[in-house]
Amino acid sequence: MTTNSQLPDLSDYKYGFHDKDVSVFRSKKGLSREVVEEISHLKDEPDWMLEFRLKSLEQFYKMPMPDSKNSNWFSLLPGKLDDLNFDDITYYVKPSERQGRSWEEVPEQIKQTFDKLGIPEAEQKFLAGVSAQYESEVVYHNMQKELEEQGVIFCDTDTALREYPELLREYFGTVIPPTDNKFAALNSAVWSGGSFIYVPKGVRCGVPLQAYFRINSENMGQFERTLIIADEGSFVHYVEGCTAPIYSTDSLHSAVVEIIVKDHARCRYTTIQNWSANVYNLVTKRAVAHKGAHMEWIDGNIGSKVTMKYPAVVMKGEGAKADVLSIAVAGKGQHQDAGAKVVALAPNCTSTIVSKSISKHGGKVTYRGLSSFGRNAAGSKANVKCDTLILDDQSTSDTIPYNESKTDDVTLEHEATVSKVSEEQLFYLMSRGLSEEEATHMIIMGFIEPFTKELPMEYAVEMNRLIKYEMEGSIG
Amino acid sequence: MSAAPELIVKGLKATVDGKEILKGVNLEVKGGEIHAIMGPNGTGKSTLASVLMGHPRYEVTDGSVTLDGEDVLNMEVDERARAGLFLAMQYPAEVSGVTNSDFLRSAVNARRGEGNEISLMKFIREMDNKMELLEMDEKFATRYLNEGFSGGEKKRNEILQMMMLKPRIAILDEIDSGLDIDALKVVSKGVNSLLGPEMGVILITHYQRLLNYIKPDYVHVFIQGKIVKSGGPELAERLEAEGYDWVKEELGVEDETVGQKA
Repeated sequence: MTTNSQLPDLSDYKYGFHDKDVSVFRSKKGLSREVVEEISHLKDEPDWMLEFRLKSLEQFYKMPMPDSKNSNWFSLLPGKLDDLNFDDITYYVKPSERQGRSWEEVPEQIKQTFDKLGIPEAEQKFLAGVSAQYESEVVYHNMQKELEEQGVIFCDTDTALREYPELLREYFGTVIPPTDNKFAALNSAVWSGGSFIYVPKGVRCGVPLQAYFRINSENMGQFERTLIIADEGSFVHYVEGCTAPIYSTDSLHSAVVEIIVKDHARCRYTTIQNWSANVYNLVTKRAVAHKGAHMEWIDGNIGSKVTMKYPAVVMKGEGAKADVLSIAVAGKGQHQDAGAKVVALAPNCTSTIVSKSISKHGGKVTYRGLSSFGRNAAGSKANVKCDTLILDDQSTSDTIPYNESKTDDVTLEHEATVSKVSEEQLFYLMSRGLSEEEATHMIIMGFIEPFTKELPMEYAVEMNRLIKYEMEGSIG
Repeated sequence: MSAAPELIVKGLKATVDGKEILKGVNLEVKGGEIHAIMGPNGTGKSTLASVLMGHPRYEVTDGSVTLDGEDVLNMEVDERARAGLFLAMQYPAEVSGVTNSDFLRSAVNARRGEGNEISLMKFIREMDNKMELLEMDEKFATRYLNEGFSGGEKKRNEILQMMMLKPRIAILDEIDSGLDIDALKVVSKGVNSLLGPEMGVILITHYQRLLNYIKPDYVHVFIQGKIVKSGGPELAERLEAEGYDWVKEELGVEDETVGQKA
């Protein structure tokens, strides 16, 4: 195990999440053993990681392309992934290369969205991949110092592999093995970037670990790999992403997020993602919660072409707790296939899933959830609540809950509602002077309030603006 | 505000699902006046209130409505509100996730217009004062709009909105229904606190009881989709004492209702 003394000194750390000296590199299109070897070589990785990558690649080749016949969850949308061409993807791009884009190349629509969201221009340029660094260096610096004093490690995963190899090796791939699904295998073979967090025993991080990570393009990679370890009795809140649309010319985002929540620790992971409409967003997120541990996923999905994402919690220890709170917004041509999986493998585990979906302009939302109780899960409880708001007649929603139990002594509650913005509500709000648009916005914000109230303030504000913007023109 | 408000309803006819409910309503309400519209169930009183506010369920087939000379029927619901019309509803909608105070502030600001928004402190002070007058627990400010409110709580909330929005013409649709005598007194106190030349009131009610607390200047009897008789407060007293049968006799009608139950 790594100890505090191994933390690098601050001056190194400040730029620690950038690869400093490797020249600009972009792998050739398509996937091959050579590409994987090249990635590993460029990152100067230890042999075990190269082996891990190559085995994962084998696995990726072995697993069939998801179709309706195989049992994997990513196969549940036959035809949805047909346009995805693995040979047409660039699997590794040096972050510095990504900044080659000029502001003029950024689509007007994205720029408009930035403006509507009130994002400052410097940050807009960063988010659009035009500039390398956003200006929160000082904030980052101070926060990092505070965390360091507590022995918290927070860096990108590539850095972690260099600086904390033992720690990484112990946990990497243990929650989501490459064999889990084809996209986890792909990520395992070509991963780059992502966040690494280690919180020592009993340490409670007072502030969410967030913000400055939206400043690092490396963390917005296509195949990022995040690993969080909350040691016994610790607490950490990690916030990922932002409400601004992530402009990407790449068509596939396939991340893997692994979290280990040890005895009586608590981890909250908040995500808001807003991919541009060309992106397949196929993400595997899973946490293991040990005895008395508490895992919370707060997951917001807006944008992308197809999102398939089911944050999971495997409750391995007695009395573990899982909460998954998600929203999905699907507009024209979009399909949000999202939900949650909770698996109770020990006695007296409790889980709550709250899913809020909104579809509009012909968008499609699917809630897909699993509540599973193992043989030893006596006394466990699961509560699932799915609410959908459909804004027009062209839009649709589905609710697909899977439940399985190997023991009798469990409680499962499931509740699902589908609603439209009602004429009476609109009339009421408008009769007090709100325009139809304002009234609709208010009803929608009320609908997702259980989600937004869990967000850090600045994200809640952005979220509000984003929904407003997303809903413009959806009236009449 | 400009001169005293004036609402003029002329020959107003309206249908719902093709059935005529309003059959030519005539009414003039000026600032400072309280008009009580009384009548048995199902005669179209509440429909009149909804039509004046512009509920999309109803179709106006004839007649005109003007507020201060402006054509109300051409306005959207929200435009009517911003022009100064207010309807305290019998069954206000519930909106989950939206707090009472957030909603109220948006409404106040919509009425005041862009660039003239109320300051947060001033808003809170004003709302606190009015809630105190209406004997509402301060928790109401943070509860979700009408969600889980009792009948009486909803009525108070309607009056709170009215007091915050300060309409030019307020229509109170059976604001007394389901209220016990104490609640009725409180609600009446709220309405009375606003009375003055700046506001005209249309009170829709079955019962004379309400008129003990809010004194009308004019009383109108509503039967079969229109006003059939008008008078002063003495008319309400006679209705209370004798019921509606004598009016029906005078008119030679047996069934006072119109179309379907409103």
